[in-house]
Amino acid sequence: MAERERSHTRGGSFTPRAHVLSAADVQRALVRMAHEVAERNRGLDDVVIVGLQTGGVPLARRMAEALHDAEHVEVPVGTLDVAFYRDDIGLRPVLPEAVTEIPGDLTGKVVVLVDDVLFTGRTVRAALHALSDFGRARAVQLAVMVDRGHRELPIRPDYVGKNLPTRRAEMVDVSADGVTIGVLG
Amino acid sequence: MTHLLSIADLGREGIEEVLRVAEAFAEVESRPVRKVPTLRGKAIATLFFEDSTRTRLSFETAAKRLSADVLSFSAASSSVKKGESIRDTVETIEAMGMDALVVRHASAGVPVQVSRWVRRCKVVNGGDGWHEHPTQALLDCFTVRQVRGGVEGLRVLVVGDVLHSRVARSQVLAYRALGASVTLVAPWSLLPPSLEGWPVEVAEDLDAALPGADVVSLLRLQAERGSGAFVPSLREYTARFGLTARRAALLAPDAVVTHPGPMNRGVEIASDVADLPQSLVTRQVANGVAVRMAVLFLLLGGAM
Repeated sequence: MAERERSHTRGGSFTPRAHVLSAADVQRALVRMAHEVAERNRGLDDVVIVGLQTGGVPLARRMAEALHDAEHVEVPVGTLDVAFYRDDIGLRPVLPEAVTEIPGDLTGKVVVLVDDVLFTGRTVRAALHALSDFGRARAVQLAVMVDRGHRELPIRPDYVGKNLPTRRAEMVDVSADGVTIGVLG
Repeated sequence: MTHLLSIADLGREGIEEVLRVAEAFAEVESRPVRKVPTLRGKAIATLFFEDSTRTRLSFETAAKRLSADVLSFSAASSSVKKGESIRDTVETIEAMGMDALVVRHASAGVPVQVSRWVRRCKVVNGGDGWHEHPTQALLDCFTVRQVRGGVEGLRVLVVGDVLHSRVARSQVLAYRALGASVTLVAPWSLLPPSLEGWPVEVAEDLDAALPGADVVSLLRLQAERGSGAFVPSLREYTARFGLTARRAALLAPDAVVTHPGPMNRGVEIASDVADLPQSLVTRQVANGVAVRMAVLFLLLGGAM
């Protein structure tokens, strides 16, 4: 979400205000979330991790690595771009950013959707719609590095790296360096 | 950009954007559910004043894969037969709440004219006379790029009836914009009277040109536009400009052959050559849907 809100089509550049999580903090949170995924699903049978393009994809890969370290299981990882399922097409420029690659039929699987920032929930709504075209998952769970509030839809995360109260106008950036809050302009 | 009337409207950046978005739609084609809700609630009409199989079906398939509603108009079974003008026809169809019109007409310039009449519809040129067929050139570039990894620096031969070919005009613009070089290979009788301002070279000896080519774009000899009268006989045309099995053997191993269809097997392309792996004809048709999805999406929902 933050990725797209920040995209150049909106104009302005990101000015950082506060560094909230370090790179090491993000890694610790990821490892904890990975353990939570394994605990909640009593293992990793049928678990598929799907990273949302673009911010969720590196996090999804790292979560799969953390799961491998913890459980010694290779979990399939996919990527999903939701541009074609968004509800604001025609309201603003919407373009696919990167590839969608879902590993096989999702019917009967437990899908863990991974994104960097959970904001209005509209990206997740689009992702749920998109996922249903790849089969009927047994369950879909949501993991986000940052939950910044301001939901516009009845959507909540199952695994959260950090709850981060923000003002609406603020931006949250998740990168290899950690998590930063800032403003546009 | 409000309409797609000519490749010239796009420029290099615009073409690359269409190809990039088309790649995302090509992936949709490989899904178990080959349909996305992107243009739900939009209505697209195909206005074909001239016959077509693949272009119309391809646009209609593209629109349906995007969840748009499709209205299909063909002049042969309409009030045009009773003498209704194109303008009245277009205004009637737009009044039914269409968001985009795909227009094909035997006369050059009709889509441009239609784009001046519409109030809010987007207009896509589905082929006008000898002028242009932009989506065909886009899908050719997409297909060549997919197989060869890029278009920049490729040597493209456009072979055959250039005079009557809207595909050739769009291809020259598109391939050149993407950095390929284009050589027209045709009998003088099937070249336009003047090539001034065209960024192309001309050759008359196909055998000499083939070994250096990366892409051979064959054009259809258009009997319905009277191109038969421009060559002494079909046999002589084939003997000099047809891609026969002997000529196909002159091609570099990684060269590819495209044809916009419908093919005249045995005239511009030998039947066994059409079925060689270097021939991209069926891949072109498959990619045509993805490319037209991209065009409709960019005009109606994306960022064009």
